[in-house]
Amino acid sequence: MPLTNQQIIERLTEKFGQDIFDIHEPYGLLTFTITKDLNLKVLRFLYDEPDLGFTFLTDLCAVHYPDNVGKELAVVYHLHNLVENIRIRFKVFAGTEQPDVFTATGIFESANWQERETYDFYGVNFVGHPNLKRILNVDEMDYFPLRKEFPLEDQTRTDKDDEMFGRGNLIGLN
Amino acid sequence: MERPVRFNTNVKQVEAPASFMGDGFMATSFDKVIGLARQNSLWPLPFATSCCGIEFMATMASHYDLSRFGAERLGFSPRQCDLLMVMGTIAKKMGPILRQVYLQMAEPRWVMAVGACASSGGIFDTYSVLQGIDQVIPVDVYVPGCPPRPEAIIDGFIQIQSLVGSESLRRRNGERYKALMDSYAIQ
Repeated sequence: MPLTNQQIIERLTEKFGQDIFDIHEPYGLLTFTITKDLNLKVLRFLYDEPDLGFTFLTDLCAVHYPDNVGKELAVVYHLHNLVENIRIRFKVFAGTEQPDVFTATGIFESANWQERETYDFYGVNFVGHPNLKRILNVDEMDYFPLRKEFPLEDQTRTDKDDEMFGRGNLIGLN
Repeated sequence: MERPVRFNTNVKQVEAPASFMGDGFMATSFDKVIGLARQNSLWPLPFATSCCGIEFMATMASHYDLSRFGAERLGFSPRQCDLLMVMGTIAKKMGPILRQVYLQMAEPRWVMAVGACASSGGIFDTYSVLQGIDQVIPVDVYVPGCPPRPEAIIDGFIQIQSLVGSESLRRRNGERYKALMDSYAIQ
């Protein structure tokens, strides 16, 4: 019998109870949130249980929600069961004050670079990561560019006239 | 009977520099002769990172044929080349590499920034892109366009040629040039 979202969520709530919440299925993709410190236990459980078998980490990324005070950063895990061809997604939330999340490199080797990228752009501190340093941006960069408080434009430019780019102190807009 | 093959008798030759001539001799200055030789035998080094590089390929190919201007030979080692042609977006992480390539070129050397990205960052006004290569190396000619057409690249090349041809042999020993290099922290 093929694995269904219903079965997956039953197995998870049976094991983790109230730590699994905000369950929904946009476009059939099972999505839920878990308490931050349980991320490795849930990953391990999904990996090891023979009837679940989520052995492939499709993606690991972050989202910044600046209005979600105390839980600004969401780290999103996308998992794939290659046998049943089912994908799921779950999130953990951390605050920007202390954005510590346990590293998944012990379970998935592929998490190594993905966590470095997530650190590079959002500053999520993956506790236990073997080599947590910038991967795509220049090493001298001293901020996390995809956090919403930083403007997209390069702040070192001196020769571009903001008025010409439609973002200067236009009369009546500020 | 007319010959079946017609030869091109309309070959354009470079004009001799202004000189003092008499029977069996011609006197002119080294500046002019060396400038003439340099301007018509530039070795470009293509540093192509994106779509402007595609336009450059068209410029090099038979239709536009950059070799008409004496730039037949593209060098792929900076040590052999006179003209660095930077075509495309230069990310900040690429900046030190571009600078390294420039430093490996021997004097006299010229730089041409082709396209909006190399000249100013172009549409990529963002945290990861260098806002114009003149932040890391001095540039002689900017070619605008996104991407510029091959005609524009050729026009830029002709501008470079006229710079090369009219450059004084002492320019690169002068104070002004030294100040320019110092402003880029190049010794």
